[in-house]
Amino acid sequence: MSATDASIPAPDTARRSPWSEVLYSLLRSGTFLTGLGIVLFWIICALFGEHFVPYDPLVDDIINALAPPSAEHWFGTDQIGRDVFSRVIVGSRDILTVAPLATILATIAGTALGLLIGYFRGIVDDIVSRVLEAFMAIPVVIIALLAIVALGTSKITVIVVIGLSFAPIIARTVRSAVLAERELDYVAAAKLRHEGALHTMFVEILPNVIPPILVETTVRLGYAIFAVATLSFMGFGIQPPSPDWGLSISSNYGMIGGGFWWTVLFDALAIASLVIGVNLVADGVHGAFND
Amino acid sequence: MTEKNALELRDLSVAYRVGGRNRAVLRNVNLTIGRGEAYGLVGESGCGKSTAALAVVRYLPRNGSITGGSIALDGQDVMKLDGEALRRARAESVSMVYQDPGKALNPSLRIGRQLTEIFELAGITGQAASDKAIAMLNLVRISDPASVMQRYPHQLSGGMQQRVAIAMALANDPSMLILDEPTTGLDATVEAEVLDLIAQLRRELSASILFISHNLAVVSKMCDRVGVLYAGMLVEEGSTKDVFNDPRHPYTVALLRCLPRGGQRKDQGRLDTIPGFLPGIGANIVGCAFADRCALATERCRSEPPPLYDLGGGRLSRCHYHDKAQSLPRATPAEIPATAPKQAPPVLQVEGLNKTYASHGRPLRAVKDVSVSLRPGETLGLVGESGSGKTTFARLLLGLVPPDEGGSIELEGKQLAPRLASRSEDQVKAVQIVFQNPDSALNRSHSIRHILSRALKRLGGLTGKTLDTRLEELVRSVRLTDRHLAVKPRQLSGGLKQRVAIARAFAGDPRIVVCDEPTSALDVSVQAAILNLLADLQSKQDVSYIFISHDLGVVRYLSDKIAVLYLGRIMEFGPSEAVFSGPHHPYTEALLSAVPKLDRAESSRIRLDGEIPSAANPPTGCVFHTRCPRKIGAICETQEPELAEAEPGHTIRCHIPFAELARLQKPKAVEPA
Repeated sequence: MSATDASIPAPDTARRSPWSEVLYSLLRSGTFLTGLGIVLFWIICALFGEHFVPYDPLVDDIINALAPPSAEHWFGTDQIGRDVFSRVIVGSRDILTVAPLATILATIAGTALGLLIGYFRGIVDDIVSRVLEAFMAIPVVIIALLAIVALGTSKITVIVVIGLSFAPIIARTVRSAVLAERELDYVAAAKLRHEGALHTMFVEILPNVIPPILVETTVRLGYAIFAVATLSFMGFGIQPPSPDWGLSISSNYGMIGGGFWWTVLFDALAIASLVIGVNLVADGVHGAFND
Repeated sequence: MTEKNALELRDLSVAYRVGGRNRAVLRNVNLTIGRGEAYGLVGESGCGKSTAALAVVRYLPRNGSITGGSIALDGQDVMKLDGEALRRARAESVSMVYQDPGKALNPSLRIGRQLTEIFELAGITGQAASDKAIAMLNLVRISDPASVMQRYPHQLSGGMQQRVAIAMALANDPSMLILDEPTTGLDATVEAEVLDLIAQLRRELSASILFISHNLAVVSKMCDRVGVLYAGMLVEEGSTKDVFNDPRHPYTVALLRCLPRGGQRKDQGRLDTIPGFLPGIGANIVGCAFADRCALATERCRSEPPPLYDLGGGRLSRCHYHDKAQSLPRATPAEIPATAPKQAPPVLQVEGLNKTYASHGRPLRAVKDVSVSLRPGETLGLVGESGSGKTTFARLLLGLVPPDEGGSIELEGKQLAPRLASRSEDQVKAVQIVFQNPDSALNRSHSIRHILSRALKRLGGLTGKTLDTRLEELVRSVRLTDRHLAVKPRQLSGGLKQRVAIARAFAGDPRIVVCDEPTSALDVSVQAAILNLLADLQSKQDVSYIFISHDLGVVRYLSDKIAVLYLGRIMEFGPSEAVFSGPHHPYTEALLSAVPKLDRAESSRIRLDGEIPSAANPPTGCVFHTRCPRKIGAICETQEPELAEAEPGHTIRCHIPFAELARLQKPKAVEPA
């Protein structure tokens, strides 16, 4: 019956793949591009900042301590005379290692957990979901305190603490996406091939829930940056002598009363700009996937 | 012109802006709907039917624009209206009813609120508005309007929702009512009710109707005149009777031939199809738009665009050879591979199958005491309204849900385990399914090659070179080519996706394939090709089908046996011909008479009142007695009839004796063969 062969249209290869469509709409999104610009700026500072800052951020200069902003020291100097501008520029390094690693850990753990409870549902879901909810009810800071008492302060501890405390939130997002996917007929078709649960979860379902995971991950990254800064400020996070922003604020905020605002303001602005940048990126990504 | 026409489109062109270019969707459409007239617009998806409707109310999507021509509603130029005037025209003179009433109604507002809102816009408030709302619900024959006013949309059935949507559309007493596939998602019995309602309302109200549907039979029943759209152009127009009985454009001829009509069956020949495919939107069309798919096309057709020839008597055809249109040769040979009649033992034997769900603590008998048997190479058609248990039965066979204890399913003489997980590999690959919606059935992240290779690996147990060879065969057997392997499902049209789904089901040489409404989402020309494919595969591979469809013409074409289900019970079971030609169960009779037909004028019809009762609370006695037009008395309410043999192999569950059924149903015109 070759007669019908002519009736079969060719595949529509001209149509863009969903991923290139997302990329296309990202590149046209002002929100995303602005956010990306801010984030890239801080990434470049983290990677190459030390080569172009005017002073060594770790070297003190007691004579010039607490100098106000001037042509020589754009952002002034801190209580032991270190150049604030140089410290702010280089200070993005630790936070930009710790926060993304924590987010990646949260994403991996959360995705695996979310797939598991969303796919099996039933008693597994009931128990795990309740445990996750209980876990989410505890403030990150308290978990961090306990972990640091038990494990001691290190970047690894911070990554693990933030990673694990964000994992349940990602798990919840993944779970609800999986609940919708598992009702689709391709999952039934996989069962009708006697596919194992792992194959169905990771090969069949996972690729289809990537978009919500990506969105949640970028949103979490913003929160992770904030959390790292908070922990450092409280002294549980990044340790001296790093020029980390949270840490700098924590060691200088007593000076504000004395009128030495420059020792704190620029670090605070740096944190704010990075968080805003990441959130703009997250907004753009969300928009691109949900258009 | 003394009287203003309800709607006049003059050279209307509409384009959608895609990828930075304007692509024509409607091309110089001229169309006039007179006062009180019902005009049907037909054509396959992508022809521009809905775009035309949206353009009339200037409600095109953001990237759509009217690039030329004019629209006059009631003599008023819609193009010149702006802001407030346009809003008033929409509110006062034109209404639309959409395909999916579930989406057209606001889920979080009570019906009463949604209806009174319309009157409030017109300045009527308070008690007066709710009185009017109740009057509207009465108008659309809703029996208990006061209680319906208090309900939310999700508490109403699909048919009721569509009635409410129609009531809302009529509330402002529009001069023009646009119905865009108003019955497409509904059961045949509900569709019949809604169509009856629209027909009655036409007599009571003065509204003109623009009726858009892909279902030619529905349009033929509802409309005075009909226009056929193809690639955004009107290719044929005329009175409904003329166009359907004496089509003058090859596209109309071909569309009508795609439908299984007059009880055509797979062993009487294949359905005709339309080769090729619709030009993409915005395609540059030289000559006749249909020339590439038309076997009658000549050099002239390819170079010279045909005008809309006036054939007299209000008939128009955009074909150079309109007088020869009906001599269009078949695109698909009718002949079928010869198959020897077989008397093999049954491949499937189902005995006393039950499935009970728990619904709010009460048992819900989704499938009750179903027994059927099926031979190799046969098709069992499952027929019944939604909620009758067709899909649950299919899922029990597949093992996707386990049946209640007690029943048995035997495949080739061997007991099938109730749960899929405990079935053997051979049993799993022997029973497969083609789902209704290929978008849900094919993993959108995987390429076609991945989807089919995985099926061949798991179901066929193949690897490496043998897998590749078999993959090629499989792809060719569903008439796809290598080109289709590299792409993702979204790059294929609906018909092609369904071919991939069929290929997947056939990967492990199944004995039984469940086809769950496999063509309901497809256009008629694509449906014909898929039905032909299923019939060919069956005759080659001796596979049996369980075929579920609400389209009785389609079921009849493919089925050897029919089981009519109602509330999970088999009401009638027998050879397809016997069930269709009757005498049949009163429920079957009602189902058959609900289907609008192209072939003949309206015969006396049987209407089912009300909704299918809840399976959680089935009526006592015969479950059908609450809606049965032939109920004989108290016995129907107290005693459930047995499934009794009427003729050899043909069983009916009814208290009325077979001979009596034959007498009762006799006056009805016997189905023309």
